[in-house]
Amino acid sequence: MTSFSMEHGLILATIIFMLGLIGLLSRKNIVFILMSVEIMLNAAGLAFVVAGSRWSQPDGQVMFIFILAMAAAEVSIALALIILLHRKFKTLDADAAHNMRG
Amino acid sequence: MLELLWMVPALPFLGYIILALFGGRMTKGISAAVGVGMLGLSALITIVIAISFIASPPEGYLFLQTLWKWVDVAGFSPAIALRLDPVSLVFIFIITFVGFLIHLYSVQYMEEEDSTWYARFFAYMNLFVGAMLMLVLADNLLLLYLGWEGVGLCSYLLIGYWYKDPANGAAARKAFIVTRVGDTAMAIGLFILVMAFRTLNIQEILRHVPLVWPVSSQAVVITALMLLGGAVGKSAQLPLQTWLPDAMAGPTPVSALIHAATMVTAGVYLIARMHVIFLQAPEVMTIVGIIGALTLIIAGFSAITQFDIKKVLAYSTISQIGYMFLALGVGAWSAAVFHFMIHAFFKALLFLGAGAVIYALHHEQNMFKMGGVKNMLPLTFWTFVIGSASLAALPLVTGGFYSKDLILYLAFTGEHGSKLLYFAGLFGALITAVYTSRMVFLTFYGHEKTHLHNRPGPVMEVPLIILAVLSTIGGFIELPGTLGHFPLFSNFIQNILPSPGSGEGHEGIGTELMLQIVAAVVAIGGVFIGYLLYYKKPETVQNFKQTPSGQSLYKFWLYGWGFDWVYDTLFVKPIDWIAQVNKSDVIDLIYTAIAWLTRGFNRMFSFTQTGRLRWYAMGIAFGAIVAITIVVFL
Amino acid sequence: MILFWLIVILMAGSFLAWLSSRWSSVAPKWIALVAVLIDFLAAASFWIKIASFNYPAAGNTLIAGNKGLWFTELNWMWIPSFGISFHLASDGLSLLLVMLTLFIGVLSVLISWNEIQYKVGFFYFNLLWILAGIIGVFTAIDLFLFYFFWEVMLIPMYFLIGIWGSKNRIYASFKFFIFTQSSGLLMFLSILGLFFLHGKATGVYTFDYMQLIGTKMAPNVAMWLMAGFVIAFIVKLPAVPFHNWLPDAHTEAPTAGSVILAALMLKTGAYGLIRFVLPLFPDAARTFAPAAMILGAIGIIYGAVLAFAQTDFKRLVAYTSVNHMGFVLLGVFALNEMALQGVVMQMLCHGISTGALFIIVGALYGRIHTRDIEQMGGLWDKVPRMGSMAMVFALASLGLPGLGNFIAEFLVLAGAYQASNWTTAISTIGLVLSTMYSLRIMAKVFLGKPRKTWTLEDLNLREMIVMGSLTIVILWLGLFPNHVLYVSRASIQSVVNTVNASSTAAGQANTLLQDLPLDKTEKKNDDISLKQKDRQKEQIKIEEQIKTEEQLRTEQQIKAEEPIKTEEYMKSEEHTKGGIRQ
Repeated sequence: MTSFSMEHGLILATIIFMLGLIGLLSRKNIVFILMSVEIMLNAAGLAFVVAGSRWSQPDGQVMFIFILAMAAAEVSIALALIILLHRKFKTLDADAAHNMRG
Repeated sequence: MLELLWMVPALPFLGYIILALFGGRMTKGISAAVGVGMLGLSALITIVIAISFIASPPEGYLFLQTLWKWVDVAGFSPAIALRLDPVSLVFIFIITFVGFLIHLYSVQYMEEEDSTWYARFFAYMNLFVGAMLMLVLADNLLLLYLGWEGVGLCSYLLIGYWYKDPANGAAARKAFIVTRVGDTAMAIGLFILVMAFRTLNIQEILRHVPLVWPVSSQAVVITALMLLGGAVGKSAQLPLQTWLPDAMAGPTPVSALIHAATMVTAGVYLIARMHVIFLQAPEVMTIVGIIGALTLIIAGFSAITQFDIKKVLAYSTISQIGYMFLALGVGAWSAAVFHFMIHAFFKALLFLGAGAVIYALHHEQNMFKMGGVKNMLPLTFWTFVIGSASLAALPLVTGGFYSKDLILYLAFTGEHGSKLLYFAGLFGALITAVYTSRMVFLTFYGHEKTHLHNRPGPVMEVPLIILAVLSTIGGFIELPGTLGHFPLFSNFIQNILPSPGSGEGHEGIGTELMLQIVAAVVAIGGVFIGYLLYYKKPETVQNFKQTPSGQSLYKFWLYGWGFDWVYDTLFVKPIDWIAQVNKSDVIDLIYTAIAWLTRGFNRMFSFTQTGRLRWYAMGIAFGAIVAITIVVFL
Repeated sequence: MILFWLIVILMAGSFLAWLSSRWSSVAPKWIALVAVLIDFLAAASFWIKIASFNYPAAGNTLIAGNKGLWFTELNWMWIPSFGISFHLASDGLSLLLVMLTLFIGVLSVLISWNEIQYKVGFFYFNLLWILAGIIGVFTAIDLFLFYFFWEVMLIPMYFLIGIWGSKNRIYASFKFFIFTQSSGLLMFLSILGLFFLHGKATGVYTFDYMQLIGTKMAPNVAMWLMAGFVIAFIVKLPAVPFHNWLPDAHTEAPTAGSVILAALMLKTGAYGLIRFVLPLFPDAARTFAPAAMILGAIGIIYGAVLAFAQTDFKRLVAYTSVNHMGFVLLGVFALNEMALQGVVMQMLCHGISTGALFIIVGALYGRIHTRDIEQMGGLWDKVPRMGSMAMVFALASLGLPGLGNFIAEFLVLAGAYQASNWTTAISTIGLVLSTMYSLRIMAKVFLGKPRKTWTLEDLNLREMIVMGSLTIVILWLGLFPNHVLYVSRASIQSVVNTVNASSTAAGQANTLLQDLPLDKTEKKNDDISLKQKDRQKEQIKIEEQIKTEEQLRTEQQIKAEEPIKTEEYMKSEEHTKGGIRQ
C-alpha cells in the first residue's frame, strides 16, 4: 500500500477531532455528547497510530489499544451516570443539571 | 526630728488608703476622725519639724531625704526624694495647717451626706493634701509633676463630688482638661530640661542653667515659656483661667482648700522655685508680669458683677494670684510667697465664712437672696469682715496690707519693676476693695431675704476664728521699712529666694511711705465706693444695668470677658464636630472599597460559572487553543 | 529548657482541656487555669532567680542582651537542609513580655469562667494555643520559627472571635485575619529575601537571627526588606492607617479575646520592631525613623479623637489602644535608650491598663447586655467597686503619675524629644486628648444621671481578685519601675548600640550631655570647657563603675573557683603524697 505522509493523517485526525468537538458543543442530548466524545477519542487514537507509523514504532498502536480500553471503561461509567441523570431530571438534556452555578 | 519629714505626706496618703478601702463600712465619726486626724498629725509633725528647723537649722538650710530611686534610664535617675528648705517649710506649714482647719470645718459642713459619701469626701481631701505636699517637697521636677497631676486629679474628683448632677461633672472635666493643657506645656519644658541636663533635680538644674544657657537664648526662653504655661494652667491665670469659676460647683471646703489656699498657688510655687530659669529669660518675666496684671484686672471686673458669693471669691482668687504673678514678674519672689501665705489665710477664711453662711441659709448661694446675716451669725460676720479687710488690704491692721503693699512697692521700685505694672496693681486694688465691700454689704447687711436654717457649730466656728487671727497678725512678720524694717519672712527664705534689688537708703523710705499712703487711700476709697453703690444707693447700679451699654458691659463681665465663648467656638465645637463626623473612621473606607472591588470581581467572574456542561467544555477548548497558540507562536 | 516547657505545658493543657470537655463542663476551665498558673509560677521564679543575682546593688550591671548574652537559650536542629533550627532564647525584653503574657493569660482564664457556655473545651484549647503562640513569638530567635509562631497566634484568635464573639463577629474575624495574615506574608517574603541575601553573601544559608545580624546589603534592598517586616509589625501595632482591623476585632471578640488581643498581640508588633527591624536593618531604620515618628504622632492624635467619638464602650477602649500604641511607634523610632525603655514600659503598662478596661467592659456587658454608653449613666451608686476600678484604669489611660503609664509616656516623649522636637510636641497634645476620652468614659458610664434603671450586681470575689491584682501591678509599675527597667536595660542598650553603631555621626549614643540643638547662640569658652569637664567627669564615673563591677565579677569568680580548687588540690596532694590507702 502506498505510504501516506504524516501530515495527511494528522489532518484527518484533526478534522475528525473537530467534528467530535463541534458535535460535543452543539448537541443538547447527552447521549449524543457522549458519542461525540467517542469520536474525539478515536481521532486522538488515529493521531497516535499515524505518528507511530511515521516513526516505525509500535508505540502508536499500543497507545491506541490503551485508548480503546480507556474509552470502554469511560463509556460504561458515563452511561451509568446518564441513567442516574435521567432518573433525577427526567430528561436527557445536558443543560438540565445546571445547579452548580454562581 | 527632721527625719520625720516623710511622714508629713505619708500620713494623708495613709488616710486616703484607709478611707478608700474601708470607708463604706465606717461610721461618719470614724471617717471624720481618720480624715481630720491624719491631717492633724501631719500638721503637728510639720510644726515639730519647723521648730527644729528654725532652732537648729541644718547645713545650708537644706534637708534632703531620699526615699527610693524612682526611675533609672540612660543616666536619668530621678528619685523619690523630699527636700526641706525654708520655702518648702512655709508651704507645708500652710498646707497642713490650713488643710487641718478646713478638714475640721468639713466635719460639720458635710454632715448631711451619707456615710459612704462622707468617707469618700475625706478620702479625696486627704489624697489631695498628700499630693500637694509631694508637690512642694519634691526634690526633682518629675516628682513635682506627680504632685502636680495628683492635685489636678483630686480637684477633678472633688469638684465632681456630687456626681449625680451632670453639671458638676462637666465643671470637673473642664477643670481637668484646661489644667491638662497647661500640664502639656510644662511637660514639654521638662523634656527640654531632660535633653539638656539629663536630670530633673531642681538643685542641679538651678546650678547649671546660668552656666549652660546664656541669657535670652532660645532654649531658656522656650523652657521658661513652657513652665509658665503649666503655671498659668494650674493657677488659673490668663489664658487658662476659665475653669476656676466653674470649679465652685464643688463643696465649699473644697473651694477653700484647693481653689483658694493651695492648688492654685502651685504655679506660683513652680515659678518661684525655678526662678533662676526665669531670671535667664527676662522677656518671659515681663510676660509673667503682664499676665499677672491683666488677669488681676479682668478678674476684678468680673468679680464686681457676680451674684453667687462663691463665684465672687473665685474671681477674687484669680485676681489675687494675678498679684502673685505680678510679683514674680518683677522678680519679687519672696513677696509673692509672702502674699501666698497671707492670701491662704484670708481666702480660706472667706470661703469658710461664705460656706457657713451658705450652710446656715440652707445652701442659698445667691447674694441677692441673702441679707441681714450680720445679726443671724455674728461670729461669722466678724470673721468674714476681718477676712474681707485683709483682702481689700486695709492699712496697718490686716495681713493683706503688708503683703500686697510689698508687691506694689517692689513693682514700683524693683530692678525688674515697671511703673505700668504698679499702676495696674493699684487699679486692681481699687477694684478689689469695691467688690469686697459689695460682697459684705449684700450678704450681711440689709433685710433678711432667707431665714436661718442651721446654725454652724464650734467645729465650723473655731477654724474661722483661728484664720481670722492669722489674717491679722500674719502680716507682722514682714514689716516694711516705714514701720521698722522687720523683714523676718524674706530673711527666712533669703537663701532660696533672694529679694530683688531695690532702691536703698532713705530715699527708699520716703517712696515707700508715699506708696503705702496711696495704697491705703485706694483701699479705703474702694470700700467707700462699695458702701455707696451697694448699701446707700443701690439704685444707681440698677439704673446703670438697665441701660443698653450697662447691660452689655454687665453681661460681658459676668461671663468672664467672653473667654468661655471663645474657647467653646475655637476648640470645643470643632473637636466635637470632627469627632462626630469621623466617628466611623474615614480610613475604613479604603478597606471597604477594597472589599467592594473584590466582591465586584467576584460577581463578574461568577458569570463564567454557568453550571452548564457544554459551556465548560467550550472553556476547555478555548483555553487549549490559546495555550497552544502561545506556546507555538510566542 | 524552661522556654520549651512553657510552650509545651500550654499546648498539652489545651489538648487536655478540649478532651475533657466531653465528660465535664467544669474540667476544661480548671485544667486551663492550672496549666497557665504552672507556667506563670515557673516564669516568675525564673525572673526572681535572674533578678536576685543580677540586680544592680551598687551600680549598673550589664545583664544580658542580644549578640550572645541570653538568660536562657535552647537550640535544636529542625530542618538543617534549610538552615532552620528550633531556637528559642530569652533576654530581659523577652522575659518581661513572657511574664506579661502569662499574667494576662491567668487573668483571661479567670474572667472567661462564667462567660463562655458554648463549646467550653474548644474555647480553652484556642486560648492556650494563642498564649503558646505568643510566648513562641517572644522567644523565637530563628526567623522561620518566629514566622511559624506568628501564624500560630493568628488562627486560634480567628476562631475565638468568630465563634464566641458578638453580633458582627464573622466580619470582624475575617478582617482581623486578612489584615494580619497578608502583612505576615509580606514579612515572610522579607525573611526569605534576607535568607537568600545572607546565603549569597556568606555562603551560609540560615534563618538564625544571631547570624543574620550585620548582613551587608545595598541601601534600597535593605529598605524593601525592612518594609516587609515593618508592614507586618505596623499592622499588628496598629499604626494609622492600617489600624482598621482593631476596632472591629476588639469590639466583637469575647472578653478574654479582647484582653489577649489588646494586652499581648499588639505587643508582638512592638517587640518585632525592637528585636528584628532595628538590629537587622540599622541604616534603613535610621532613614525611615522621621517618617515613622510622624506616623506615630498621627496615630496618637487620630486614635484619641476617634476614641472620644465612640458610643460603643468597647470600641472606645479599642481606639485608646491605637492612641497608646502611637506612643510605642514614636518611641521605637526615636532610636535612643530613654525612648526605648519607655516603649518597654508602655508595652507592659498598656497591657495592664487596657486589659483591665476590657475586663470591666466585659463584666458590665455580662450584666446589662449592652455596650452603648448612651444607655448607661450613674452606675457608680449600684456598682461602686466597678466604678472605682474603672476610675483607676481610666486615670492610668490618661497617664496619671503614680501609675505605670505615666513613666512610660514620659520616657517615650522625653526620649523622642531628643530625636525630633516638633513631632514630640504635637504628640504631647495627645495627653490632653487622652484626658478627654478617659473622663468621657467615667462621665458617661458611671457618673451623671442614670439614663435607664438597671439592676446590677457589683463585682464578685473572682472579679475583684483579677482587678485587684491589676491595680497592684500598675501601682507597682508606677512607683517602682526600676524593677522592670533594669531587666530590659541591657537588651535595649545593645539594640541602641547596634542601630547607632554604623552611624556616621558617631558618639551620639555615647555622650551624656548632648549638644543642644535649640541653642544657636555662640557659647563662651568657659561654658564649653565646663561642659567638657562635666562630660569627662561623667564618663570617668561610668568607667570607674564598669571597672568596679568587672573587678567584683572577677573577684566573685575567683572566690567561686577557689574552694573547689583547694579541695581538689588537697585531694590530689594527699594522693600524690602517698600513704593514703587505696
